[in-house]
Amino acid sequence: MAQGWLQIAVFVVVLVALIKPVGIYMSRVFTNQRVFLTPVVGPIERLTYRVLRVRPGDEGQDWKAYARSVIVFSLFSWLALYLILRTQGIQPLNPGGFHSAPWDVSFNTTSSFVTNTNWQYYGGETTLTYFAQMAGLAVQNFVSAGVGIVVVIALIRGIVARSGRELGNFWQDLVRTLLYILVPISIIGALFLVSQGVIQNLSDSTVVHTLTGGNQILAQGPVASQEVIKELGTNGGGFFNVNSAYPFENASTLTNFFEMLLILIIPASLTYTYGRMVGSQRQGWAIFSAMFVLFIAGVAVVYMAEQHGTVAQHAAGLHTHAFNGSTGGNMEGKDQRFGVTGTSLWAAVTTVTSCGAVNGAFESLTGLGQAVPFANLSFSEVVFGGVGTGLYSMLLYVLLAVFIGGLMVGRTPEYLGKKIQAREIKLVSLGVLVTPLAVLLSSGIASATRAGTRSIYAGINPQGFSETLYAYLSQANNNGSALAGYTGFIQPNAPGNVGAYGISFADILGGVVMVGARFLPILFVLAVAGALAGKKVSPAGLGTMRTDNPTFVFLLIGIVILVGALTFFPALLLGPVVQSLTTRLF
Amino acid sequence: MKKDLTTGLIAIVVMTVFLGLVYPLAITGISQVVFPGNANGSLVKVDGKVVGSSLIGQSFSEPEIGKNGKPVLDEEGEEVLVPNPAYFQPRPSATGYSGNVTYFGNVSPNSVGAREEVREYMKEYLHLEKPFDKSLTSEGIPVDAVTQSASGVDPHISQANARIQAHRIAAVRHIPLTQVEDLISANTDGRFLGLLGEPGVNVLELNIALDKEAPLK
Repeated sequence: MAQGWLQIAVFVVVLVALIKPVGIYMSRVFTNQRVFLTPVVGPIERLTYRVLRVRPGDEGQDWKAYARSVIVFSLFSWLALYLILRTQGIQPLNPGGFHSAPWDVSFNTTSSFVTNTNWQYYGGETTLTYFAQMAGLAVQNFVSAGVGIVVVIALIRGIVARSGRELGNFWQDLVRTLLYILVPISIIGALFLVSQGVIQNLSDSTVVHTLTGGNQILAQGPVASQEVIKELGTNGGGFFNVNSAYPFENASTLTNFFEMLLILIIPASLTYTYGRMVGSQRQGWAIFSAMFVLFIAGVAVVYMAEQHGTVAQHAAGLHTHAFNGSTGGNMEGKDQRFGVTGTSLWAAVTTVTSCGAVNGAFESLTGLGQAVPFANLSFSEVVFGGVGTGLYSMLLYVLLAVFIGGLMVGRTPEYLGKKIQAREIKLVSLGVLVTPLAVLLSSGIASATRAGTRSIYAGINPQGFSETLYAYLSQANNNGSALAGYTGFIQPNAPGNVGAYGISFADILGGVVMVGARFLPILFVLAVAGALAGKKVSPAGLGTMRTDNPTFVFLLIGIVILVGALTFFPALLLGPVVQSLTTRLF
Repeated sequence: MKKDLTTGLIAIVVMTVFLGLVYPLAITGISQVVFPGNANGSLVKVDGKVVGSSLIGQSFSEPEIGKNGKPVLDEEGEEVLVPNPAYFQPRPSATGYSGNVTYFGNVSPNSVGAREEVREYMKEYLHLEKPFDKSLTSEGIPVDAVTQSASGVDPHISQANARIQAHRIAAVRHIPLTQVEDLISANTDGRFLGLLGEPGVNVLELNIALDKEAPLK
């Protein structure tokens, strides 16, 4: 057990050590300064602008223009991906001979990948061509991550700007994010993953003759190139159905460690980038601290919960204590190489961020262990969160905290010298409330209708309710992890998906929720950025509430918990809380 | 607006070509040259024939043969599989060690089904190992031996699980227990830098080593 805490500590130390260099690097990229990659990437960058017909520098956009570019680009992304998913039959690189999945599943999948969610009703190795994985899904893994990052950068520029209404240029920001951050790390990361055993090929499945004379068919594919951006961009959609549990995606204890770092590195480092761009490193660390406290609390709870077995295991007479050579704990739905520690830490990492990749079965976590992913999603992905999305969502909470703090001390709320007024607070409130509202509405409808309960695997009981609530929490927060029994796609055991059909209700409701809960908050965030840009900065006085000290961090944590808990507490009682408090079996 | 439409359209085409084709194909090319073994699935050969992947677990069960010399079938007409006692047995799998159709068992923590499943796995484990390791009781069963893995193809078992099975292997193969235990140690993947992850015994590699050192007649 001490060994497990040590592993967690090592992970945290390495992560924190990387934040400063990565944060500085990103801030230089977004303030158009030279970085060490400029000699190599610069020419490619300039060529890209020419091809895209963008003249960087002289084309600053106000918030409306920036938002329009985000929406137009995402719309084209949606159409392109849907087209690719619907034309599998005529695609090259299709050794499995797959036809397209039904339209409703494709609708869900397209919405899922364009919104950086990567919720998956399909199983990759049984549904998709290599072409669709590479040119469809992996492309969105890059660009949807890019969109999330550029939106937070636009917000930061709005917070900083003392004059003018411009937030930067979307196309330039997107190109720089891709060329200077996502692509270089992906190239190195992918090759590293291959060196550790993650596969990367275009071959058909390999049939092997096992030692006892049977056959085993090993699915192949271009996995490493997709795996790396799936983690780095907090996308989370597995090449294989069991995601990062599958050894060809996550081969060893080292790749597990590396992939967890990839998931957190950008969201965590962006807090440092933020501090640099607003000119006060303490502001960045304050936000980081609030995130960090909530993250560590979650890790501790899930890790301790998983060290005990489940109610069902104990009822069966299994002793789940550790002894020499056996880690003990709840090993259901966990692989030996990761063990309880590696799977628990991953569960927290992937749900504080909006990654959603899994290396174990969430459905098989203990009742209390499940409560941690639930809680993380209930906090609307502000604890590190998705790349970009996490920080901009957290900044909405920061403004909310400043406002509430201002009310408490009876002064006009100010953040970094800018007055927070009615318009900003209206937009902030809308931005904060869209996602919880989407979750409650959709999971309510899905729980109360026959069309919705068809998707449940565990039956009409607390676990079945958990499945439903988690499905819409995950989709609305653009996370993508699942209590994977919940389904929207029925695949018979037939070649090329013959006879497969989708559960239209779950596919469409989920797709609409993902799109709405992604782009409405983006619009509100950009509107906030627009409202703040050009506001006069008044110097901090004696009565100004500080936003870079422990008191504020505490206030911020309190507000995140309060909003999340007040919104979801009744619903959480019915699922994970019931299961963690009772010894009853259902 | 018109400009956004033009740029957006060009952007998605260009990005699809470069991020969706050039990037993965370049990574594939480099990987195939520099790490051909890993890139193609870390395949393991015995006597020149591919028998599996060192990263992917496989089943060491065989169809049960009835008194009439034919495979026994269950109610659904599927062959009943029984563990081959001459080999180390891997963890229970929801997918029957499928390498091309993967899914989680999705056994939930408070379900009657989960209790029954664990009971059944415990019974089978004791039935297989107890005759060779008399001291084994239900309290001594390592958790990994009676719970389904996540991947369905977990290549490893815990060291405790392997040490229990060693008694059966030594008896069936007529070799000293210490020799089996040495083989276990030799095929254990430790923690990375002694720190990360959990140690696990690679079942396929261990069984291959067994066949080499103490071949079945």
